[in-house]
Amino acid sequence: MLENILSPEAGHFALALACCMAGAQFILPLIGVQTNNRRLINLAPALAWGQFIALAFSFACLVTASICDDFSVLNILQNSASDKPLLYKITGVWGNHEGSILLWALILGICGAVVSSFSQNLPFSLRARVIAILGGSAAGFELFCLTTSNPFKRIWSAPMEGQGMNPLLQDPGLAFHPPILYAGYVGFSVPFAFAIAALIEGRVDAAWGRWVRPWTVLAWSLLTIGITLGSWWSYYILGWGGYWFWDPVENASLLPWLTGTALLHCALVVEKREALKIWTILLAIGTFSLSLSGTFLVRSGILNSVHAFAADPSRGIFILILLAIISGGSLLLFAWRAPNLVQEGIFAPFSREGAIVLNNILLCSMAAVVLTGTLYPPFIQLLTGQSLSVGKPFFDTTLTPIALLLLIGMAIAPLLPFKKARWQPIALPIYIAGGLTVISAVGLYFYAYKILPAIASGIGIGIIISAIIDFIRKITLFQTPLKNSFHRLLGLPRAYFATHLAHIGIAITTLGIVGMAFSQQKIVEIHTGETVHLAGYEWQLSSIQQGIGPNYRSIDATIAISRKGKAVTWLFPSQHYFPRQRQMITNVAIHTNLIADFYVVLGEKRGSNNDPLYILRFYYNPLAPWIWLGGFTMALGGLITLTDRRFRVGILSKKTRKPSTKAKQA
Amino acid sequence: MMKRKTKRLWIIVACMIGLGLALTLILSAFSSNLVYFKAPSQIINHPTDQNHIIRLGGMVINGSVRHSHQGQTPMIQFQVTDGQAAVEVHFTGVVPDLFREGQSVIAIGRMKSDNVFIANEILAKHDETYMPKDVADALKRSGKWDPRYGPPPDSARWNHMTKPEK
Repeated sequence: MLENILSPEAGHFALALACCMAGAQFILPLIGVQTNNRRLINLAPALAWGQFIALAFSFACLVTASICDDFSVLNILQNSASDKPLLYKITGVWGNHEGSILLWALILGICGAVVSSFSQNLPFSLRARVIAILGGSAAGFELFCLTTSNPFKRIWSAPMEGQGMNPLLQDPGLAFHPPILYAGYVGFSVPFAFAIAALIEGRVDAAWGRWVRPWTVLAWSLLTIGITLGSWWSYYILGWGGYWFWDPVENASLLPWLTGTALLHCALVVEKREALKIWTILLAIGTFSLSLSGTFLVRSGILNSVHAFAADPSRGIFILILLAIISGGSLLLFAWRAPNLVQEGIFAPFSREGAIVLNNILLCSMAAVVLTGTLYPPFIQLLTGQSLSVGKPFFDTTLTPIALLLLIGMAIAPLLPFKKARWQPIALPIYIAGGLTVISAVGLYFYAYKILPAIASGIGIGIIISAIIDFIRKITLFQTPLKNSFHRLLGLPRAYFATHLAHIGIAITTLGIVGMAFSQQKIVEIHTGETVHLAGYEWQLSSIQQGIGPNYRSIDATIAISRKGKAVTWLFPSQHYFPRQRQMITNVAIHTNLIADFYVVLGEKRGSNNDPLYILRFYYNPLAPWIWLGGFTMALGGLITLTDRRFRVGILSKKTRKPSTKAKQA
Repeated sequence: MMKRKTKRLWIIVACMIGLGLALTLILSAFSSNLVYFKAPSQIINHPTDQNHIIRLGGMVINGSVRHSHQGQTPMIQFQVTDGQAAVEVHFTGVVPDLFREGQSVIAIGRMKSDNVFIANEILAKHDETYMPKDVADALKRSGKWDPRYGPPPDSARWNHMTKPEK
């Protein structure tokens, strides 16, 4: 019954309908604003909603086809099988190219619908233009989806069984990683649309900044969560013991994150001080362009990657044209209109704005380095035919110095007031935090004899301490009665906590990365009952069992970990063999006590059947969970900013036009 | 209060410093950290500096994989070919799940003087039907595979694979 209504043909039609509506959403409001035709302008929100509903219907059709095992649909045939668990039938919809493009379009549709619903109090021409730009980009992707990657394509004489899904992708972490990451990428379309609309209008003011910032923060938080989940997935699934591989796909997500972080900060300057406007516009355009090129260059197979699924070069041309129109067009518009924007707000170099400029320069330098490292190999390949790769050593040596400068800036900048800072009020906290930084760095150096990790962790600790000192000063703890401090605590804007939380998140991640530099590992080939010594623990292979799962066969090992004879924990790494794909998957076993991870991977069986030997990899990863803990803390900081009073209460109402309270307090 | 021009100057100077820093770091890292891809025949025909890390890519020859161990540490030896020449690879550790005879592989490491490649990392792709682009290109160059006539050949059928020259 349901699959008759939500048939693939209906989904295909709905997608085409959405594409037409997106086209109308692009053209009609722009004509309306130009000719001052209110009726055309008022069509914009309705079209945005119509497009969203059509896309949601289309997506529901694809999910239905996947759940009902409709193998006459090519996409389902290639990526699903009837014995796949229900969760992965649903999430598998976006685990492949066609489905993920549809998901991308759907999220863009959601953005359009949400913007059109919450923007009643925007100036009407700005609103119409923003919705139109969102419609225009949506139309491009829906056209791409329809013409080169139609997820609803049928095949004649449907086979009885699908080809199944890559078992590596059958994991809850990966099931939710793409939608969140995509929501982050696509979320940057809203600041982009605002930037383009502002360029057309020729006007950028504080209200514009106040509008752009929550969307930037939201997109940034989602992107942060998406990247964190992805990194976590590669840590516990791939079983290589690493968390980041400097692979083009990973770099593609890091690039918009870096520029998005820069955008996040300088949109704040636009909002509070009406400065750095042109730069903010450029960053908004750049961030969305990087989001686009990231996803699509990878999908098109131009960048060669371990994460890439089979790529189709014929799509590449369409993608390049689309990228050229969107990025090239907006940069042209920028070159033409940006000089007309009026600059206001002067500030001294030693001020919050100055610090944010520094943050932007450093973040953009990092982005430039990552971009160079990612694009250099394909360029050289194209020019000389010489194939080469740029790996971890390159990124480590180039990014570490910049990142250290950025971290130092991060410890100091939140203490500075806007406009003009004086040294006197911030000297004491900086001396305390700086002193503790140096002490911990020196201490760590003599503990571990590694210079860079010692410095990095020292600065990480410094960031946390400077945040705590600032907090104590803000609520005048120990200086006034406790009751007074408590009142001040309640009076602090949530954005204040958010800032510190996000910065502390970075510090936590830094400490985690430093900890991982001290990771210890051992690869062994042992009999059951044998014991291995690593990092002061005894790791014993107690037993091996064979088993059978729903669509795989398994070998399960039991590892007993003890310290000086006292049992610490048991770990159960296993190997699953999926006969349909003829693929072996190792399931890593991890035990964490938040200070370190015990990480065990079961490898192949060797030796004769009477005397089997098993290959095992043991890792002791200090502070590993902090990497992801920090990522989620950053994202939480971003999400808390969104609940701040200024964003909740009527966005343009005059009362909230004095958010400089924060600046005054500082 | 500072003048607009002064402010702009400050920002431009800061940008220049940032850009210069990034450029210096990139160039200095490029001089030492680039890893070139080589097919086995390229390695045999044009031997490179032993200190230089390279990525060796090709197909694992069927029947060439040998396991051994030193104490508790496992070792693996196999041969990689691009249809023109074969190179012996030694690796200490565990190869990825998708490492298999007759399938494509990438080994990162150094070439020793006795024509043995010492790998410190072995890569195989997520998907068993997928072949690394570098390897596919090398196969096409060596004339062993023309993509117009279907999927890449199974290395079992490349019988006249050259043996490594001892």
